[in-house]
Amino acid sequence: MRAAGVILGVVAALALQTTLARYVVRGTVAIDLVLVAVVYVALTSGPATGLLAGTFAGLVQDALSTPVIGIGGLAKTIVGFLAGVIGTQFIVSQPLPRFVVFFGASALHAVIFMGLYTLLDLRHFDTPYRVVAGQSTANALVGVIAFQVVELLPGAVERRRAAKTRLRR
Amino acid sequence: MALSDIRQHSGYLFLAVVLGHVLLISAQVNSKRGVPVLEAVTFGVFSEVQRTLTGGFSGIRDVWSSYVGLRHVKAENDELKRRLAAAEIAVQEQRALADRARGLEKLLELHDRVELATTGAEIIGAAASPDFRTLTIDKGTREGVRPDMAVIAPAGVVGRVVVPSARSAKVQLLIDRNAAVGVIVERTRAQGVVVGSGDDRLQMQYVSEASDVAVGDLVVTSGIDAIYPKGLAVGRVEVVEKNGSAFKRIVVKPTVDFTQLEEVLIVLTPTPAKEAAAGVSE
Repeated sequence: MRAAGVILGVVAALALQTTLARYVVRGTVAIDLVLVAVVYVALTSGPATGLLAGTFAGLVQDALSTPVIGIGGLAKTIVGFLAGVIGTQFIVSQPLPRFVVFFGASALHAVIFMGLYTLLDLRHFDTPYRVVAGQSTANALVGVIAFQVVELLPGAVERRRAAKTRLRR
Repeated sequence: MALSDIRQHSGYLFLAVVLGHVLLISAQVNSKRGVPVLEAVTFGVFSEVQRTLTGGFSGIRDVWSSYVGLRHVKAENDELKRRLAAAEIAVQEQRALADRARGLEKLLELHDRVELATTGAEIIGAAASPDFRTLTIDKGTREGVRPDMAVIAPAGVVGRVVVPSARSAKVQLLIDRNAAVGVIVERTRAQGVVVGSGDDRLQMQYVSEASDVAVGDLVVTSGIDAIYPKGLAVGRVEVVEKNGSAFKRIVVKPTVDFTQLEEVLIVLTPTPAKEAAAGVSE
């Protein structure tokens, strides 16, 4: 059941990414919603689920957009696993630590992804520091907001219901 | 092994998955095939999801814009009638000018350009990864779309078809890092190659220091790459700098706004260079 939820979440992120990406194609702050979803799953479910979610999401993303299938998968697997380990070893429940984890995960993903492409002589990236910093910041902001929304939404709905019940009385 | 056991030994699982990825990457990098089967199949399946999603979004947007559009339709109708009347007069003037130009063309024997056969396509999705600049269109091999066909818009070159499936195709945009097109500067005919840089600007390479290139010059396709027909607008020169080497550093702003694309045209006519290449291979 939980696995189905994870797969559904990743597919939803992927669908959203492919639908919205063309409106933000102008590039230095292109958000990777799939990566955000993987880190979110890893932080909430642990390293095993994180790495499996990363593998699934990365391979599908690779198959859809890259000439070599596996590079994005490997990058997201490592990021998912490490984010899961951090989630179990440290308390990551405040916006700032979460921002740091999302930022670090995005930067690590970029290093592995670009590093492997450069290593295999498939592509070259000219001084991508500004682009990586922009993407990591954008991903981190989206991740933190996603966490806040998921955590605050049930409470807000509950409070609204309680207020309505009081008014009826 | 139960799922809980796997979770307790996530380190082993991690190593196994990483090893699997390494093997997967190695297999692909060593082989020099065209499009991997896995890529083609996954793309074909997912493009259907993209088509459905885009259809849903377009439906909602159409309903909304129809509602908004109705509110000012009377005033707009009057304005359009007025413009149509003006346009009809302008068309008559243009027709007279065109007839005259056609006569001059014949006179100068410049009438050797072939009309391009194109088919329209709607954009139904974008790249799944922000590191690649691609779009998915709703036309595929059923409509005669083949790899390496040029994709254009009224403003200029959009990119080329890289992976066609039966009912859709993936288009590599000009701004993708792996994209390149042979170009010339319209004003001075200086030749070069425009390559994508992953952001919203292009770089024109291999233009010698001696070439005359200025900011604002229009850059058009040269037609030598066997993909893009000659003379299509690519962009305008935005920056020209001395690079220290034998070549100039030139930044080009694309004429196409890739964020505003809704529909594109696929060029079905092979370029003269491609036809020549096909003739040689036969």
